[in-house]
Amino acid sequence: MQKSLTLILNGESRHFDAPVTVAGLLANLGLETRKVAVERNEEIVPRSTYTVTSLADGDSLEIVYFIGGG
Amino acid sequence: MDVPILIDEGWTVAGRHFRSRLVVGTGKYKDFEETAAAIEASGAEMVTVAVRRVNLSDPKAPMLQDYVDPNRYTYLPNTAGCHTAKEAVRTLRLAREAGGWNLVKLEVLGPPPTLYPDMPATFEAAEALIRDGFEVMVYCADDPVAAKRLEEMGCVAIMPLGAPIGSGLGVQNPAMISMMIEQAKVPLLIDAGVGTASDAVIAMEIGCDAVLINSAIAQARDPVRMARAMRHAVEAGRLAHLAGRMPRRMGADPSSPLMGLIR
Repeated sequence: MQKSLTLILNGESRHFDAPVTVAGLLANLGLETRKVAVERNEEIVPRSTYTVTSLADGDSLEIVYFIGGG
Repeated sequence: MDVPILIDEGWTVAGRHFRSRLVVGTGKYKDFEETAAAIEASGAEMVTVAVRRVNLSDPKAPMLQDYVDPNRYTYLPNTAGCHTAKEAVRTLRLAREAGGWNLVKLEVLGPPPTLYPDMPATFEAAEALIRDGFEVMVYCADDPVAAKRLEEMGCVAIMPLGAPIGSGLGVQNPAMISMMIEQAKVPLLIDAGVGTASDAVIAMEIGCDAVLINSAIAQARDPVRMARAMRHAVEAGRLAHLAGRMPRRMGADPSSPLMGLIR
């Protein structure tokens, strides 16, 4: 049986099939890794570790990018 | 007679050299095409950007980076919307991971309608960011005591407001800004308040190293044309500063000789 886990993404609760890495999550969401940055439980996830960083049930992630600003 | 080539020497912040003394914001434009065209017309090499959550329901939406190439322009991520040192540090750590550089713009604002720089919170955030390895260009009050303290903490540029953000009221306190320039050992930029080209000229004439402009360009009727006007204004103001203005005098002094008049 496939396990699922719940992640809080930018404040919203979402369900995913386990196991999932940061790289897998971004691909699932349709985001290009070079255009975003990811924080997991208030800790930066270095881009170089996306493929080896497995996410755990209940993890809270912030996924951000650059927008226009002054 | 040879006319000397009057090329401005440019300016340097945190070891990075820029030919253009105009730094532009990327907010408030109609769309990304207009953003890109205005930045191109401005001649700026450094642009401010904000850090925000990705809209997960529309991941394929166009992004600023698709229009304003981070390899061509130095992105200066800001802390707009952050009210505490903790939020500022979190935001800029994310920006550093997204962009891979340490040069950032710190701004911690008080409440509307002034959005005046909150200096106690700015000191706290600047200290935390510098400790974390950031090179901090700091938005601040036109307060020479606060500016000196920020410089001594290790901020790489001091950026007092000319007038409230987005007000377009021009440089309201040029005398104090001039005194801040005299005491500054790091670059000093006017950030916020410029409304039109003449305001940018004044900022540069009094000796600012550069000017940061967003609303005055983005909210002009023709942003691309105003961007070009600002480019010329910054260059004109810098040249006038280097040239040194004539003394003011009370009363007239004829420009044509009084000798040899016909009688």
